Amino acid sequence: MIRLEKRPQPSKAMSWATPLLAVVATMIFGGVLFAALGKDPIQSILTIFWEPLFGEFSFFYRPQLLIKGAPLVLIAIGLALGFKAGIWNIGAEGQYIVGAICGAAAGLAFYPIESVLIFPLMVLSGALGGCLWALIPGFLKVKFGTNEILVSLMLVYVAEQLLASMSLGLLKNPEGFGFPGSRNLQQYPSAHNAELIAGTGMHWGVVAALIAVIFAYIMLTRHKLGFAIRVTGEAPRAAKFGGVNPARLILFCLGASGLLAGLAGMFEVAGPAGQISIDFNVGYGFTAIIVAFLGRLNPLGIVAAGLLMALTYIGGDIAQSQLGLPAAAIQVFQGMLLFFLLALDVLTNYRVRFGTGEVAT
Amino acid sequence: MTTPLLALSGLTKAYPGVIANDDVTLDIGVGEIHALLGENGAGKSTLVKIIYGLVKPDSGVMQMHGTAFAPVDPRAARGAGVGMVFQHFSLFDALSVAENIALGMEAPPPMATLATRIREVSETYGLPLSPDRTVGDLSAGERQRVEIIRCLLQDPKLLIMDEPTSVLTPQEVDILFETLRKLKEEGTAILYISHKLEEIRALCDAATILRGGKNVGTCVPRDTSAREMAEMMVGSTLATPKAAAHDAGEVMLSVTGLSAASPSAFGMALKDISFEVRAGEVLGIGGVAGNGQDELLGVLSGELPCGNGMVSFKGGDLSTIGPEARRGLGVLAAPEERLGHAAAPDMSLTENAMLTGMTREGLARSGMLNWTKARGFAERIITEFDVRTPGPHNAARSLSGGNLQKFVIGREVLQRPEVLVVNQPTWGVDAAAAADIRQALLDLAAGGAALVIISQDLDELMEISDRFAALNEGRLSAPKPTSGLNVEQIGLMLGGAHGMEVAHV
Repeated sequence: MIRLEKRPQPSKAMSWATPLLAVVATMIFGGVLFAALGKDPIQSILTIFWEPLFGEFSFFYRPQLLIKGAPLVLIAIGLALGFKAGIWNIGAEGQYIVGAICGAAAGLAFYPIESVLIFPLMVLSGALGGCLWALIPGFLKVKFGTNEILVSLMLVYVAEQLLASMSLGLLKNPEGFGFPGSRNLQQYPSAHNAELIAGTGMHWGVVAALIAVIFAYIMLTRHKLGFAIRVTGEAPRAAKFGGVNPARLILFCLGASGLLAGLAGMFEVAGPAGQISIDFNVGYGFTAIIVAFLGRLNPLGIVAAGLLMALTYIGGDIAQSQLGLPAAAIQVFQGMLLFFLLALDVLTNYRVRFGTGEVAT
Repeated sequence: MTTPLLALSGLTKAYPGVIANDDVTLDIGVGEIHALLGENGAGKSTLVKIIYGLVKPDSGVMQMHGTAFAPVDPRAARGAGVGMVFQHFSLFDALSVAENIALGMEAPPPMATLATRIREVSETYGLPLSPDRTVGDLSAGERQRVEIIRCLLQDPKLLIMDEPTSVLTPQEVDILFETLRKLKEEGTAILYISHKLEEIRALCDAATILRGGKNVGTCVPRDTSAREMAEMMVGSTLATPKAAAHDAGEVMLSVTGLSAASPSAFGMALKDISFEVRAGEVLGIGGVAGNGQDELLGVLSGELPCGNGMVSFKGGDLSTIGPEARRGLGVLAAPEERLGHAAAPDMSLTENAMLTGMTREGLARSGMLNWTKARGFAERIITEFDVRTPGPHNAARSLSGGNLQKFVIGREVLQRPEVLVVNQPTWGVDAAAAADIRQALLDLAAGGAALVIISQDLDELMEISDRFAALNEGRLSAPKPTSGLNVEQIGLMLGGAHGMEVAHV
């Protein structure tokens, strides 16, 4: 018989080992899934994990790692702050969209004027847009006790409709021959979030992600606010006793995560994506939830997890085109990662005992 | 010699780093009320957990009626006739009494039958309890009756009771004792765990004292003084807390016409409470849990809101000031619930020292935390209050209840409060540690602090407070000087026995 025995203290070693175990388990069961779909499992896994880094075309894929990783890390850092405090912002995808719309709109409003002030203005407006969008569930929770999970999630669908409306209406490219979508910001130098060093994938979003990581790390380990977040997550009553104002903390966490998601959206629309279009969002906001947990809600862990998830995105694309794996199989594969992580997390607080345990002898 | 009901011999149970039970031998006779005494960590819990099938001993045997008894789980123990009433009730607030009892049964009979049996048992043993009342509306004493009746329905031969009187008024205690004596007459043995030595002297036939996991002696409680028993428990002579003579100073904390709603559905709203506490004075607030204690502490610590001018410190209104700013002023508090309220269970002692020490101990400068200083503060608490733990990096939940309590009280006392509000300072703490905590509180008062001690332990309040008031159904009686009050008067101030009656003998 296998039993679980509660550890007196959560195991530090296990809390770092479980993400790795989860990756291994995902590889095994993902392989089984791919085999069931009639693909060679080992080749599929290699295509996803090996090809982008060391394959023939890795010179093309490696920069993609930063391009895809940056928004994931940026969003996940914000989400992790809330998750640590037990505040569940599930709507980062919506905040990402609204940030992109606001950022693009701020830039396009000045088209075709060239000025160094335009890009910073876009950054501010993207951040503000995402922040305000996330504060909607925040205020509703504080004022009326609504559930932030539901409200933030539903606002994703509102944001998607807003995105469609913008691409077909207000922000539609007047010179676009009637096609949906805004002007391409890549062709508007003042607004373009260009690569800082050519061929590396390094753009302002990557810089912002790194700054966010450092800030979050210092805040969580050394600052009063980070301590308030951690205590609230561990023991809300103790936090209140310690002097944390729960309403203010909710607004801070949702506002901060919305702000970062908005920034991610803005950097994406001004750079790699280039324009507001109906299918602008590709699920970074949801994948970032996995990234946040896979990284143990720890800023440094999130960097590693973000790069890993970016890898599965890129590798998944390659597997789709080269092996004909369906896109849904790749999503299942990514979902498995979170599933195994959460399941294996039990090991942090419990140890597995084999046999019937303590028997009188 | 007759065969004992339960004979334990040579029971040993070791956990990593500690031997919880070391060769414990103990006999409990049929119809005997047997007290199990010992400090926190002496191994009482482990021993009863072994008997109740929750823990397997490493070695040693148990015999019941002369035949081997080795329950693999609590179900097996219940099957063999062992019932247990835990210190912490495991009841669902939103369910009725009968539903709660049915949940704990292997094969519950139909509700109507069960309700009838609950009524029968409750009348036979003088534990009036209506099966269809919602548990959330019951007093602590009534909740305990639910647990006792749950055990009695299984017709136990041995009933284990862990600190049963800690939540009862004196009158309720008397009635519980009548019930226990009646059970004894019917031949049920009772293993009674308590820190209250006077109760053990009044009730028990025999007592076994554990210290450091070993059986260090037995005695007949009736012929042994409480002091002798306490000294057997700690293995040394005890110091009685002494209050230094002091004059009441200026009014530090004053509460006027305080009314506040409870944040929880099953909580108790505070109704028109007024009192004041002067420098150097200890105000004891007695009462059975659930009568507004948590709410009062919450309002005084700043966690719960209250109306303008209802609470003031040295004449200044506190109502708009939060917990952290109150600490800055010198108004500190220590809540009852150690894990999850006074301390975050999974966080280290250093982090928990930071929790309330941040402002007053200067552990943070412009928002940046100084962890080195916090660790120093945690270490100081550990040394000065003799908290048994390997070090400040350990999680709060890894400490035993008594040790964590010493940490929590120490953390506030060492911050030199001007006003300190404590709810249940020594709940579940052994005699020696309780004496230390009380002494620390008295020293604090002698140093000019104003103390509000909320407690269910009346002996404790009589010992350390200058004035006494009772909290009952959210109302506070007018505080009276402690000297000159007797237990009967206090019991009446506490609202009597909540409609209890003595067992039909």
